Amino acid sequence: MLKLVAKSPAEGLVPLSVGTMELNEVVPAAITSIACYQGHADALSAALKEHHGMALPKTGQATGRAGARAIWAGPSVFLVGPEPHADLSNHAAIVDQSDSWCVLNLKGADVEAVLARLSSVDMRSKAMKKGQVVRSQLQHMNAIYHRVSDDSFDIYAFRSMAKTMVHDIDRAMRYIASRG
Amino acid sequence: MRIPCPICGERDRREFYYQGDALALNRPDPDAGDVVWNDYIHNRDNSAGVTRDLWHHEAGCSNWLVVTRNTVTHEVLGAELASMVKGEQG
Repeated sequence: MLKLVAKSPAEGLVPLSVGTMELNEVVPAAITSIACYQGHADALSAALKEHHGMALPKTGQATGRAGARAIWAGPSVFLVGPEPHADLSNHAAIVDQSDSWCVLNLKGADVEAVLARLSSVDMRSKAMKKGQVVRSQLQHMNAIYHRVSDDSFDIYAFRSMAKTMVHDIDRAMRYIASRG
Repeated sequence: MRIPCPICGERDRREFYYQGDALALNRPDPDAGDVVWNDYIHNRDNSAGVTRDLWHHEAGCSNWLVVTRNTVTHEVLGAELASMVKGEQG
């Protein structure tokens, strides 16, 4: 029987360390899109709380903690980490997207300056607090930014574009580092 | 040019995809006849001034918006969720 070797989306591309910045891959066990049915928001939030210990995040927010998060993702919410409990499907359309996303963690003192080179959205701390989520662009492709701490962001982009994603972030980190 | 998305706040034009006149939301009755359907599909006013267009916040919240803007002054006057506009129209 053929034995297949699973590779993470950014395998061989990261970790990178440039100036004050570190780029590492985050590999959640599962990423699931949860698209709430109309009128089910409260019930879905209660089910998420009961089975996964976090409420349904509001627009532009994330709930949960490292390893088990729910992040706002526009029309749906992404459950990042745990396998979704079957009860959630009573209140939402559940779609497995585990293999669709490349998740990178960008961390360091210059994180805001690097992000300013990648997106037109203001992600400085006065405009975007820990636990907030922004959907925008990373250069020319769509991405989701989640501020996980004062100096680090989880960034989600399409797995098929992982190399481009790493390349663009790497270049932004180098530009900032070269300014000294 | 910046568009005030009701979900995401003010965002750069690059995040949006332009569709066309918001007239597209006023879909005629299936039995309305060839003349009405022809008009709905093909005919648009090319007016100078305030227009209402459909834009997709493609690199943002993925919502369709009705953006009101002035083609003469380039002013963006506002944006609403297309689903809300459609809801009000019934």
